Amino acid sequence: MSKVVLTVDDSRTMRDMLKAALSSAGYSVVQAEDGMHGLEVLAGVRPDVIITDINMPRLDGFGFIEGVRKEGPNRAVPILVLSTESHIEKKNRARSAGATGWIIKPFDPVKLVDAVRRVAA
Amino acid sequence: MDTMAAIKQTFFQECEDQLVELETGLLAIEKGDHDPETVNAVFRAVHSIKGGAGAFNLGDLVHFAHIFESAMELVRTGKLMPTVPVVKTMLRAADVLADLVREARDGKRYDPSRSAVITAELTALAPPPAVEAEPFADFDFTPVMVDLSDFADLGGPAAPTGFRIGFTPRADLYAKGNETAILLREVERLGATVVTCDTSAVPLIDALDPEGAYLSWTVELDTDRDEAAVREIFDFVEWDSTLTIEPLGAPAAHPATPPDAEDGDPPVAPPTVASSRESGTPVPEAAPTPAAGSDKATVATAQATIRVDLDRVDRLIDLVGELVINQAMLAERVTEAGLARVSAVATGLDELEQLTREIQDSVMAIRAQPVKSVFQRMPRLVREVAAQVGKSVRLVTEGEATEVDKTVIERLSDPLTHMIRNAIDHGLESPEARLASGKAEEGLVRLTALHRSGRIVIEVADDGAGINRPRVRQIAVDRGLLSPDAKLSDEEIDNLIFLPGFSTAKMVSDISGRGVGMDVVKRSIQALGGRITIASRPGQGSSFTMSLPLTLAVLDGMVVTVAGQTLVIPLTAIVETLLPRASTVHSFGGSARVIGVRDSFIPLVDVGQVLEYRHEAADPKSGIALLVEAEGGTRSALLVDAIQGQRQVVIKSLEANYGRVPGIAAATILGDGRVALILDVDAVVSGSRTDQTTPDFSFALAG
Repeated sequence: MSKVVLTVDDSRTMRDMLKAALSSAGYSVVQAEDGMHGLEVLAGVRPDVIITDINMPRLDGFGFIEGVRKEGPNRAVPILVLSTESHIEKKNRARSAGATGWIIKPFDPVKLVDAVRRVAA
Repeated sequence: MDTMAAIKQTFFQECEDQLVELETGLLAIEKGDHDPETVNAVFRAVHSIKGGAGAFNLGDLVHFAHIFESAMELVRTGKLMPTVPVVKTMLRAADVLADLVREARDGKRYDPSRSAVITAELTALAPPPAVEAEPFADFDFTPVMVDLSDFADLGGPAAPTGFRIGFTPRADLYAKGNETAILLREVERLGATVVTCDTSAVPLIDALDPEGAYLSWTVELDTDRDEAAVREIFDFVEWDSTLTIEPLGAPAAHPATPPDAEDGDPPVAPPTVASSRESGTPVPEAAPTPAAGSDKATVATAQATIRVDLDRVDRLIDLVGELVINQAMLAERVTEAGLARVSAVATGLDELEQLTREIQDSVMAIRAQPVKSVFQRMPRLVREVAAQVGKSVRLVTEGEATEVDKTVIERLSDPLTHMIRNAIDHGLESPEARLASGKAEEGLVRLTALHRSGRIVIEVADDGAGINRPRVRQIAVDRGLLSPDAKLSDEEIDNLIFLPGFSTAKMVSDISGRGVGMDVVKRSIQALGGRITIASRPGQGSSFTMSLPLTLAVLDGMVVTVAGQTLVIPLTAIVETLLPRASTVHSFGGSARVIGVRDSFIPLVDVGQVLEYRHEAADPKSGIALLVEAEGGTRSALLVDAIQGQRQVVIKSLEANYGRVPGIAAATILGDGRVALILDVDAVVSGSRTDQTTPDFSFALAG
């Protein structure tokens, strides 16, 4: 059975790109459109890895990560943050919210899959 | 790669949505909306465009979006107040961004000088912070390769022998979903490893925290890769662990002291550890509100939408059209078969008709869209035109949510653009003239949409000087469109501006110009089955009112017979029907006739003659007159032979299937399977006028 990756991003373009990159590497992809939606989706899905954007309506990436880490069966799922900034402050922020790692946009599909593999048990 | 091309297309579609969001948000802010979510939405729009553009290597777009985003970021964090000048700058930046997106989409090279001014203004608002000046991966426009390691530059070429890695994770590392086993697996990919685990810190079972971290590892890696490659593996975990990497052969430092799960500050800690511990506690001010009850409400109210290929919708509409025709045919067969009106078949058929209608309405509703998509393009137009002609203009829009068929919306854009340009360029006076006549310096252009009796009415009004009638008349005479001694009412003079050839390069500045006159506007409105009227009051302004059908697919019509032909007359045009009597019809001049209706005389138009079905005038007494209201509210009576009935017909384009016929708007298929032509009432009425009155005064026979 292939590994499941949940991608949370409000941009359709980005969701499509993630899906294209991950699917071709053999992952099955579940999508959510913002943090709130992501938490709703997680109620019914046990992904192996979560990839989330930071800037999103309703609930941003930081809030989403905190929500995931707070409780529930998905508490320990590795979470990769997609960020356009490689800003050290932003990384710290993501890290303190409980992110496992980060990917800088625009991403290279190979590096993306590498990063996913690197955190997926 | 095909997928990428498809995603790129998605990206540009999404950009359009985001540009709309951007402009709407900025306009809301301009009006004093200080809701942080509005600012956030604006920021996100720019941010998303930048993100996507980066993925497709659209350097110019990324560059500009980045500058724009930096300025937005200041507003978002409260460091820059969104004052009117600031928002105005941002609106113009949004315009430039829109241009950049479109040119990137069309594969054109953007001329950087066009964005230079606005770039400078934005930069003045938001001086790029020092850190931004560093060449960040996403800010450097070479392809998408991004190094995941911050520390790549630290590891110079290393001895090819390998490394000794000391690694002691802390509990936080596991809490964030990292896993030592995976890290070790990754290390193994670099070369042969010898791993030893130090379990000396593991406490007895009753003191053991199940989520604590008590182990430390030493890995001897034999690799020809450099230290950076090794560091990269630990990139995500470096802050939640103690990591030492030293070349093999160097004296073995004692591996990291087995730590206390909570508080192990190891002696060889990298300098970053301290800050990691600080940031280990959530920063309260920045902590976003987690899922709360109020957010649930948002979920409920958010309208779920899907995007559907337009072809599928159109196919459905076609099919429903066929269904309507088929249902009509069936009804006729039933009538022919002589079944009683109360029979079960007839009742069932009535229900079928009801259902068909409902299906049709629902399908049409899929194509219906709010006029907002056109209206929201106008603020930008107004800004640009106002700047070009040096006038100060405020645009007020109303009824943006009014829905109308998508095709109508698409084809509305050009005429509307032209009318608004016209209103600003010709309608509004210069600021000085306005002040002199006691008006506010800022001119007002009002754009309104509303539904009225099954049609959509769109009005463009200005509070300018109104139409200069003597001048318009003079121009028409000069152009040879009007004989100097013709007597015209005010309304007729206003309508002169719709004459082909009225506006020429001399009076059309490059604003209203583009080689399009009001005659073209009128023709494109007519092509949509609409009409346009002017109302103008000297000193108070002019308003142009367009009335358009809500859909181009169906029409309620009166089916009539003229000279043996079956014609359909749009019901919206018909005011009443009359039985002409000999005493009420009066002839004058050549073939011209009028009919007395109550206390006024109305021109009687012989449809058979206008359409050249017959040459002799029909006998009014043997026919029926339909009182119709044409554009501008002028009334005429159409003389037909007989009325067959009233029904909804599915419009089939005559132009697409055959060709343009003057006086005919379209065609339809009737219940008996025969084709019937749909009359273009305005064209027939003005066509009859052309024949009988001033030949100079010729309106376009558009249809």
